[in-house]
Amino acid sequence: MISLEINGKKYDADVPPDVPLLWVIREHLKLTGTKFGCGIGMCGACTVHVDGQAQRSCILPVGDARGQKITTIEGLSDGNGLHPVQQAWIADDVPQCGYCHSGQIMAAAALLAKNPRPSDADIDRAMTGNICRCGTYQRIRRAIHRAAETMAKGGQK
Amino acid sequence: MNQRIQAGNPGAARPRALNAFVEIGADETVTILVNKSEMGQGVYTSLPMLVAEELECEWSKIRVESAPVEAVYNHTAFGIQMTGGSTSVSSEWERLRKLGAAAREMLIGAAAAIWEVDNSSCRAENGKVIHRSGKTFTYGELAAKAAALPPPQEVPLKDASAFKIIGKPMLRLDTPEKVNGRAVFGLDAKIEGMLTAVVARSPVFGGKVKSFSASKAKAVPGVKEVVQVESGVAVLGADFWSANLGRRALEVVWDEGPHAGLSTAGMREDYARLARTPGALARKEGDGEATLAKAAQKIEAEYEVPYLAHAMMEPLNCLVDLRDHSCEIWTGTQFQTVDQAAAARVAGLKPEEVKIHTLFLGGGFGRRANPHADFVTEAVQVAKAAKKPVKVVWTREDDIKGGYYRPMWYDRIRAGLDEKKNLIAWQHTVVGQSILKGSPFEKGLAHDGIDITSVEGAEDLPYEIPSILVDLHSPVLKVPVQWWRSVGHSHTGFVVESFMDEVAHAAGKDPFEFRRDLLAKHLRHKGVLELAAQKAGWGKPLPPDRARGIAIHESFGSFVAQVAEVSVNPAGKVRVHRVVCAIDCGRFVNPDMIAAQMEGGIVYGLSAALYGAITFKNGRVEQRNFNDYPVLRINEMPMVEVHIMQSQEEPGGVGEPGVPPIAAAVANAVFALTGKRIRRLPIRAEELKKG
Repeated sequence: MISLEINGKKYDADVPPDVPLLWVIREHLKLTGTKFGCGIGMCGACTVHVDGQAQRSCILPVGDARGQKITTIEGLSDGNGLHPVQQAWIADDVPQCGYCHSGQIMAAAALLAKNPRPSDADIDRAMTGNICRCGTYQRIRRAIHRAAETMAKGGQK
Repeated sequence: MNQRIQAGNPGAARPRALNAFVEIGADETVTILVNKSEMGQGVYTSLPMLVAEELECEWSKIRVESAPVEAVYNHTAFGIQMTGGSTSVSSEWERLRKLGAAAREMLIGAAAAIWEVDNSSCRAENGKVIHRSGKTFTYGELAAKAAALPPPQEVPLKDASAFKIIGKPMLRLDTPEKVNGRAVFGLDAKIEGMLTAVVARSPVFGGKVKSFSASKAKAVPGVKEVVQVESGVAVLGADFWSANLGRRALEVVWDEGPHAGLSTAGMREDYARLARTPGALARKEGDGEATLAKAAQKIEAEYEVPYLAHAMMEPLNCLVDLRDHSCEIWTGTQFQTVDQAAAARVAGLKPEEVKIHTLFLGGGFGRRANPHADFVTEAVQVAKAAKKPVKVVWTREDDIKGGYYRPMWYDRIRAGLDEKKNLIAWQHTVVGQSILKGSPFEKGLAHDGIDITSVEGAEDLPYEIPSILVDLHSPVLKVPVQWWRSVGHSHTGFVVESFMDEVAHAAGKDPFEFRRDLLAKHLRHKGVLELAAQKAGWGKPLPPDRARGIAIHESFGSFVAQVAEVSVNPAGKVRVHRVVCAIDCGRFVNPDMIAAQMEGGIVYGLSAALYGAITFKNGRVEQRNFNDYPVLRINEMPMVEVHIMQSQEEPGGVGEPGVPPIAAAVANAVFALTGKRIRRLPIRAEELKKG
């Protein structure tokens, strides 16, 4: 039994420690917002926060996540409305198919937590690991700048 | 936040439905049943916009549900329920506005009957019917009564000048669910008691299972069942990971069949040989060979592009609950009628006994419109063999290696100029597999077995040239091929527009002006070409390390011109800095989604131009995942500007037309910068390296 803290709640998962965190989140905890894209940490669809850092849950053994605070897309907002990144994603109509955007948003939120006013180059560096086949990259850049402005004006973090 | 998007519930009773597409609840919600699959192109917003324009409901009350599979939801032109060919808006443009108008008239009729007044004394506005005395009913109050009225036969539609919603950049209705993890994609579907399966498939297309041993697979904790199906051996587990580990432990001996020697190198040689012989005639204008033979100057080139995987972000998957007299399916599909029929055949049921819940598609690009219903057929076979509800999941490797690629193409193309440098002859031989041949759509093949999807964009060349000859070879190979965003145009756009650039340079003319002169009678082509050139600053100076290239292509009823601005580093790596895109898609519904589709089409086409290639060695696909099948990432994203022509023409498509010109625009820019002509995709850095 592996004890996990996800989105502020404690879970016990009856799985071997080498199962990737992604599948525990999706299938055992039924939080399907975190997506499977490649299974080798190359597309970013499975991005979650582990102690505030953006991590690829498809290659992170669940045993290694024990005792750490995990946040998934379902837990990104604090319950009082959406995170500024999510708000910006809506305002800029970013997603198309939407499949990669849980991961995109988690990566963007982790970037802004560390770097509140990123340049385009900062965004490119932080977001290069997240593939979008629909080609929403230009809007992702725009929306991250928008979210940064909202947060700078004292919007929710 | 309420979910604005729901997966369809086939068989639901709908006493408040005004027709098959519109239902109004007592709580004023207006549910639009959308018969097209949402794969990113925005149909869950653009199609409700068509209904709402005439229904006069409140936009904020709109909810969307995916339609069940029924004849009433068939494509208005193609006669089956499907999403493809960039036709969602054009095919529903009339029908959905008429259904919205009819529903509005029924609501007015219901109110008028209650008030005992004439319909003409009432009007509809903002979700209410208002009598001229000032009395009102809300739509929610009227819907049940209105639903019992006969639908009006003929309802006049609004003039475009009165549009309040159509033509406006409305925000997408599906975004809120897509930013909080609540949108349900096929892979997210779950039902009580289901198992998860992965399938071991032949490493060579056309191969079969010779024998297998399940004992090691079954020893993996969580593995519940191992069954053989037509495509291979399925390992069923309590969850994905145990099934996946089970498959790794599975021992299968394959009869690889006759294609174990297939190699890309061999195919290229065969195709090149074919390209130098005459094929089936797709178009002939003028006297063909004779004009070319007497041309003062001849230009000749050979182009080639590889097989491509669609590589949607969401790998294929399909959940099946098969019972004695029913089969229920949850998946993301573009091809409901075909899938339903295929599932019924496997299950031994009638098609109407197969229910399909169409969930969000994590990308489609054509792959989820499989003429053989491959991923649905297989999943139903697994469920049938295992006698359990099962979700078949494809890993990324399964998806990349799983076939149904954009065909590999080889083109030989020749042109002739007269003494005055006028283009007088054009001869284009296309070589590549037919998508339609051997599929249930084979009857769509034209004369001499010509698959129009092989030569589209080549045989309908718009340039005014006295002599044009286009012919086609369709070699039959075991590699499964399929439509891939923009289909035949994905290669003809590159070949025709690159070679036209070669001809322009051979004629000593500016590539933009050369095209414009040859398109003088084609106003929509000329319009977007000029708009793109003007917005891009064509002809204006650039820094010495940059150059522009231009291309134009018509596809799916729309006209798109693009100007790409590129640089090439000393290692030969191409960087695309800016793309200016002009589109004429006729009347349009949502300009922001058109911009999004152009951005997306450009990225999709750039991924192919810079990286995409599926290759074979010893019958095996050499790529497996995003490490060796790379795609464009954000750090390579150019600035994309989209300019939409105002037009009164019929609506055209937008999902695909952004793809065809981009590879040529980039390659033409590379030529302008380096003098090196790209004739083979993906672009290879070693060909452009300095020194």
